[in-house]
Amino acid sequence: MEAERESSGISMNQTDVAAAVSDEVIMNRYQKYVGRKAFFILSTAIFLILAAGIASSLGQAKITMWEAYAAFFSKYLPDYFSASRMAETTIWNLRLPRIALGIVTGAGLGVAGCIMQGVLKNPLASPYTLGISAGATFGASLAIIGGAGLVGGDYLVIGNAFFFSLLVSLIIIGFAGRRGATPETMVLVGIAVLYVFSAATTFLQYFGDETAVVQSVFWAVGSLERASWSKVLIAATIVAISIPLLMLISWDLNILTTGDDSARSLGVNVKRIRIYSMAIISLMVSSVVCFTGTIGFIGLVAPHITRLAIGTDYRYLIPASGIVGAILIVGSDIISRNLIPPIIIPVGVITAFMGGPLFLYLIMKRRMGYF
Amino acid sequence: MKLVVKDLQFGYNSRTILNGISLELRPKEMLGVIGPNGSGKSTLIQCIDGLLRPKTGSILLDGKDLKSISRRELARRVGYVPQTTSRSFFPSTVIDTVLMGRRPHLGWRSSNQDVKNVIQVLRLMGIEDLAMRDINELSGGQQQKVLIARALAQDPAVLLLDEPTSNLDIKHQLEVVEIIREKVMEKSISAIMAVHDLNLAAKYTDRIIMMKDGKVFVSGTPESVMTPENIRTVYGVVAEVIKNNGNSPHIVPVRSLRRPSRLLTNDLPLEPARA
Repeated sequence: MEAERESSGISMNQTDVAAAVSDEVIMNRYQKYVGRKAFFILSTAIFLILAAGIASSLGQAKITMWEAYAAFFSKYLPDYFSASRMAETTIWNLRLPRIALGIVTGAGLGVAGCIMQGVLKNPLASPYTLGISAGATFGASLAIIGGAGLVGGDYLVIGNAFFFSLLVSLIIIGFAGRRGATPETMVLVGIAVLYVFSAATTFLQYFGDETAVVQSVFWAVGSLERASWSKVLIAATIVAISIPLLMLISWDLNILTTGDDSARSLGVNVKRIRIYSMAIISLMVSSVVCFTGTIGFIGLVAPHITRLAIGTDYRYLIPASGIVGAILIVGSDIISRNLIPPIIIPVGVITAFMGGPLFLYLIMKRRMGYF
Repeated sequence: MKLVVKDLQFGYNSRTILNGISLELRPKEMLGVIGPNGSGKSTLIQCIDGLLRPKTGSILLDGKDLKSISRRELARRVGYVPQTTSRSFFPSTVIDTVLMGRRPHLGWRSSNQDVKNVIQVLRLMGIEDLAMRDINELSGGQQQKVLIARALAQDPAVLLLDEPTSNLDIKHQLEVVEIIREKVMEKSISAIMAVHDLNLAAKYTDRIIMMKDGKVFVSGTPESVMTPENIRTVYGVVAEVIKNNGNSPHIVPVRSLRRPSRLLTNDLPLEPARA
């Protein structure tokens, strides 16, 4: 009986082998598939550098793209590159801080979105939809309208925005730590918090004096106008530390997309991963949003575009989403300055304007598999 | 690896699901868990994989209490195939999904060797041609095979299977259970399989525990467990059990014990016909 079972099993497998593809073929296909992801990251990175070059060539002072690159490198390699004094000052003092803040913000939001969508198992999750931006807006409004804040001086508005966006995340994480909390709980908590903070902001604006209200509304529409090297440095440092910390848990994030139980039985401490990633994300997003205000859609769209291109493997998805996010913001910034020159439309308006239709196009063009 | 479950109790709030389960799983043994819907089969399996925390009682892996073993350490030793094919939330290829099974043994990078192992497992399950497909595009049966492949790639000492054949047609049912049976014998792993199909359980397992209302109603060899009396008491089903010279018992369900409607009474005998 036993022998019979075995032999029948083996013969069945052998017939399968005869009809099937060889190991090398599968291996090759897999390596090509992985290679495509690496190629995507490389080519988008090059594209980002090009976009940054275009962005730095645009403005009142006429500087070509090559002059812009030369001005950039002349600071580090003066032996090889030289640019006019005017080009150098314009690029380094006026245009680069703005572009750099755009890149840092796009990277931060793109990475945050792709991880939130995975960890919370919700394609709609993003820093914006979970109220983190609403918290920042409330904090900023409190400082602008009420004059109240945790730190004084120049950093009053920024400090407040940072603190309140972090507070939103802490509330969400607090709920995540409770027994029996599901990803859905976290999403619902985020939406509830979003409404409370939006209402609180409206409340402040209703009673605030006119100029302050206008100022707070302008703050809320995300913009790169307030960029400076010191701000870029702070945001870039936090983003640069956060992304590798998040990439460390790529495997766990991959496994989480197949379900909580499945992940736990593969040795993933689901609750710990959820809290760890949300904590890093909130710090990262807060450190970006407090300088820029609300830039919607990047955190939502960049990960989806990237997933369509290279799939779900977080080892590639995290860096790629960051680059795509950065491209989207730099691209939006280029448009925002050239649509009705010399008026600079806040970049947050452009991202939402572009992001919406782009998203609809993606949904129509290709079945994403999860909508 | 030896697994011992002692006096396990589990419940949600006041509702008791498992009420004093004890069992032992020896190396190279395949244990079947059978019982009607809601008798606690899945709950028992999830307790053994540490997914549910029992109220009282203990689970020992080679004498070590489950509570003192880390999730990752447990994942290296115990593989679990869930009942529902859990769809990946975002698209993921079959090969990447099965590669996740290597996770408990891996660092950040997966080596070519891991990919090769995964291809071997896919081949064993007869799904190597699906390697690059998105799992969400597969049929329920194919997805189930992917999940079993992932558990095998995990290279566990104990394999827990919750209805591994529920979505499969008859050929694939037999194939899958035969593969697991072979694995149990070759690699000296052991397996616990919860299954609805009594004949599959009788044919391929070494021992069976039959559960009723969160308790072990009876346990032993397929021959001793599969009796018309046991099936009648536990399932409320009249069944014939055919035993032919030393082979596994074959169960033929005759009718349920529910009060029959008048339309059916003429056709179905209340007691199995005697040969």
